[in-house]
Amino acid sequence: MSDETLALEVRNITKRFPGVLANDRVDFKLRKGEIHALLGENGAGKSTLMNVIYGLYSPDEGEFFIDGQRAEIKNPHDAIHAGIGMVHQHFMLVPVFSVAENIILGAETVKGISLDLRTARRRIRELSHEYGLDVDPRAIVEDLPVGIQQRVEIVKALYRNAKILVLDEPTAVLTPQEVEGLFRVMRQLTERGVSIIFITHKLKEVLEISDSITVMRRGVVVGSTTPAETDEQGLAEMMVGREVLLQVEKEPAQPKDVVLSVEDLTIHDERGVDVVRNISFEVRSGEILGIAGVQGNGQTELVEALTGLRGAASGRVTLNGEAVPFEKPRHLTEAGLSHIPEDRQKHGLVLSYSIADNLVLNTYYQPPFAHHGRRDFQAVAENAEKLVEQFDVRTPSPMVPAGNLSGGNQQKVIVARELSRPVRLLIANQPTRGLDVGSIEYIHKQIIKERDGGAAVLLISAELDEVKSLADRIAVMYHGELVAVVQADEISKSELGLLMAGSTREAMTH
Amino acid sequence: MQNSYSSIPTWKYFWHRYGLLTGFGIFILALILFFYFQDSEKTIAVLAASVRHSTPLVLGALCGLMNERAGVINIGIEGQMLMAAFMGYMVNVWTGNLYIAILGGVLTGAVMGLFHAFMSVTLKLDQIIGGTVINILALGLTGYFYQTGLTTEGKFTAIPLGPLAEIPLIGPVLFDNPPITYAAIVLVFVVQFVLFRTKWGLRTRAVGEHPRAADTVGINVYFMRYANVILGGAIAGLAGAFLTLEAVGSFERNMTNGRGFIALAVMLFGKYTPLGAWGAALFFGFTTAMQTQLQFAGINVPHQFIGMIPYLTTILVLAGFVGRTRVPAADGVPYEKE
Repeated sequence: MSDETLALEVRNITKRFPGVLANDRVDFKLRKGEIHALLGENGAGKSTLMNVIYGLYSPDEGEFFIDGQRAEIKNPHDAIHAGIGMVHQHFMLVPVFSVAENIILGAETVKGISLDLRTARRRIRELSHEYGLDVDPRAIVEDLPVGIQQRVEIVKALYRNAKILVLDEPTAVLTPQEVEGLFRVMRQLTERGVSIIFITHKLKEVLEISDSITVMRRGVVVGSTTPAETDEQGLAEMMVGREVLLQVEKEPAQPKDVVLSVEDLTIHDERGVDVVRNISFEVRSGEILGIAGVQGNGQTELVEALTGLRGAASGRVTLNGEAVPFEKPRHLTEAGLSHIPEDRQKHGLVLSYSIADNLVLNTYYQPPFAHHGRRDFQAVAENAEKLVEQFDVRTPSPMVPAGNLSGGNQQKVIVARELSRPVRLLIANQPTRGLDVGSIEYIHKQIIKERDGGAAVLLISAELDEVKSLADRIAVMYHGELVAVVQADEISKSELGLLMAGSTREAMTH
Repeated sequence: MQNSYSSIPTWKYFWHRYGLLTGFGIFILALILFFYFQDSEKTIAVLAASVRHSTPLVLGALCGLMNERAGVINIGIEGQMLMAAFMGYMVNVWTGNLYIAILGGVLTGAVMGLFHAFMSVTLKLDQIIGGTVINILALGLTGYFYQTGLTTEGKFTAIPLGPLAEIPLIGPVLFDNPPITYAAIVLVFVVQFVLFRTKWGLRTRAVGEHPRAADTVGINVYFMRYANVILGGAIAGLAGAFLTLEAVGSFERNMTNGRGFIALAVMLFGKYTPLGAWGAALFFGFTTAMQTQLQFAGINVPHQFIGMIPYLTTILVLAGFVGRTRVPAADGVPYEKE
C-alpha cells in the first residue's frame, strides 16, 4: 500500500464543527518535491484540512501517511516531528521577540539551563544562506515588513527540518513584487526536496506556480487537475460550481459633475507624522476612481478623513460642492455618502447584533425605522427580509448575529446596507479582500451598477487586478502622496506594480 | 543582512537605553552617601527599613509579573498574601517551627494560585472577577477563623552574613536581615534569569504575548499558564509568610492592608521586570520608612497625612506610568484552542 513518491497522503478525513461538516471524507495526495495548489472558496474547508494535517484540529475520521508510512498526528508537536511545517495566514510570530527567539521557540537550543541564542543565530544565518531567505536574527519582528515576517515563518519551518511546507494564503499580504520573490523561494525549496502545499483562491497564481491542483468546495474535494489541463475559467467554475464572469463587464464611463473634490489634504497620524501629504483629486458622478497602492501608504487615513472618522491637519474637502466638516460621519451619511470600510469586522458591522440591526446601523433613527425616538421593529425586519433576498446573503434568518456569517456574506450585508440608500458618493475600501471569486463577481457588479446609476465611486484596493478592471481612472498612492493619476486603459499592470513600489513614471519611460 | 532593525549593544545603544537609569542611580547613590556622612545611624536605619518594607512588595510584584508575563491578570495577590499570612501563622502556632510555617505559607499561596489558574485558564472566567473573588474569600475566611489570644514561639530574627555584614553602610542594610528578606533578594535575580535567559522564560513570555503562536510550535499553553500562576502564588505566599513570621510575629485582620495592590503598582512601575520591580519596591519601601521617620521628627502635621504617603505615591506612580508600560499582548485573554 505504500507509495514512495508521495510525501504526504491523507485519506478519508472528516471533520465536523457544531452544525457544519467542514471536511467530508477528503482524500489528498502530495508528491515529493511538487508545489500542490489547494484551491477553494472561503469556507470550502481548505484551512480546516490544513489545520487537521498540522495537528491543530483533531479529525473525527481519517488516516495520515508520511512517506508512505502510516503516521499519527494528534497535535502540532507530532506534525513538526513528522516534518510538516506551516506558515499560517495570520503569522504565528511573537511581535516583541527577536527573529531568532521566534524561530527557536519550542525547539530551543540550550547551554546548561540558559538559552543558547548564539548557536541558534549561527544556524539561522546558515539556513538563510542556503535557501536565499535573507533574515537578520537579531531584528525585532514587529519592526519588520510583512514580506520579511513571512520569510521568518518559512525559516522557522526549515529550522525544524520541515520537508512538507504548508503555505496558507501566503500572497494575500504581499505586493506583486514580493509575490514574485516568494515564488522564487518556493521553486528553490522544491529543488531541494521540500514539498509545498499552497493554499489560495487566486487563480492566476495557481496557474503560474503550481505543479498540480486540488479544488475543494463545501468540504469535499471536487476535482484534481494540472495547470496544463485547465485555465482560469475552468478553475473558477470548479471552485464555484457554476459559470463565473472573471472579467468585469462595463460600458465606458460617462463622468458628469464633480461630486467629491479634495484639495491639498494633509493628515497626521496619532504621533503627528504626515501620513497623507498634500493630496488633491476629484471624483465625478458616473465614474470610478481607483486608488492603487500597497497597504499602509496612507489609504486608511485618507478614507477615514473622507468618511468623517478622522480629522485632517489641513486641506479642503467638498461633497456636492459643499465643504464637509471632518469628524461628522452622520452629516456625511445624510449627504449621500456610502462607505464600505476596509475592516468589515471592526468598522463595518457590530458582530453581536443581528443582520437586521446591522442593515440599519446608520439609518435606525430615521423613519421608517423609528418614529419619535421609538424603533419600529416591524419595518427593520421587513427591510432585512428584502435586502437579504435582494443581495443574496446566505443565512438561515435575518435575526442571526452578523458574527456567525462567513466573510463573504458579512461583506454582502455591508454592501446591502450601504447601497440600499440613495448614493451620491461610494467609498469602497478593499471591498473584496479575502473573498472568493463568486462573491467578488457579485460585489463588482454592484459597484458598476452604482456608477451607471450616477454615483461617484472612490475605490481603494491593493489588488492590481481589481483596480485595473474596475476603475475608470487610477491614482497610485505611495508614502502618503499621489504619485500618478492616469486613465485606466493607458497603463499596464506591470507599470502599476512598479508605481506602487515607489518608482516614478519618468524613471520607467527613460 | 545588517540593517537598521538590528539591535547591537554598542556603548551608544547602551547609553540611549540605560543612560537615564544610570544617571538616576548615581544621583541616588550620591544622595545616600551625603546623608550617610551627615548622620550615619539614621541613614542606615532608614535604608534598612526601606529594604524590610520592600520585601512583601517585591515578592507580590514577582507573583504579579510571573502571572501577567504568562497572560493571566492577577489582582488577587492581596488575597493570596493574606491567606498565606494566616496559614503561615497557624502552622507556626501548631508546630512552633518557623521554617515549617514558611512552607505552610508558601503552599497556601500555591493553592491559591492553583485556584486562580483554574478560574482563569480552565473556566475562562473574567480574571478581574476571579482576582476579586480571591480577595474577598481571603478576607472572609481569615476573619472568620482567626482567634485572638493564640501564642507562638516568636518570629524570625536577623541573621548577619559573617564578614559581609561588617561592610559599612551596605553590610547592615543588605547583609544583616532575616531569612525571607534574603530569599526575596535572591528570588529577584532568579526570576529575572529564568524569565529572560531560559527556555522556560521564553515559553512563558510567548504564551503571554501570542498563545496561538506558542501552540503552533507545540507548546502547551494551558500548562505554562497553570505553572506560572501556581509558582507566582507560591511567591505571594512567601510575602504573606513574611508579614506574620518575620515582620510582626502574629496575625491581625486584613494585615496585608493593601500591600497586594501596591505590589501591582510596583510591578507596573518596574515595567514587568524583576529588577525593575525591585527598584520600584525599594522606592515604595523608602516612602514607608520615611513616614516613620517623619512621625518621629516631630513635624506638626497630623499623622494621618503622613500615613497617606505610600498610598499617594502609588496613585501618582500609577497615574504617570500605567499608560507608558508595555503590557503583554495576551494579558487577561483566555486561550481558546479551536
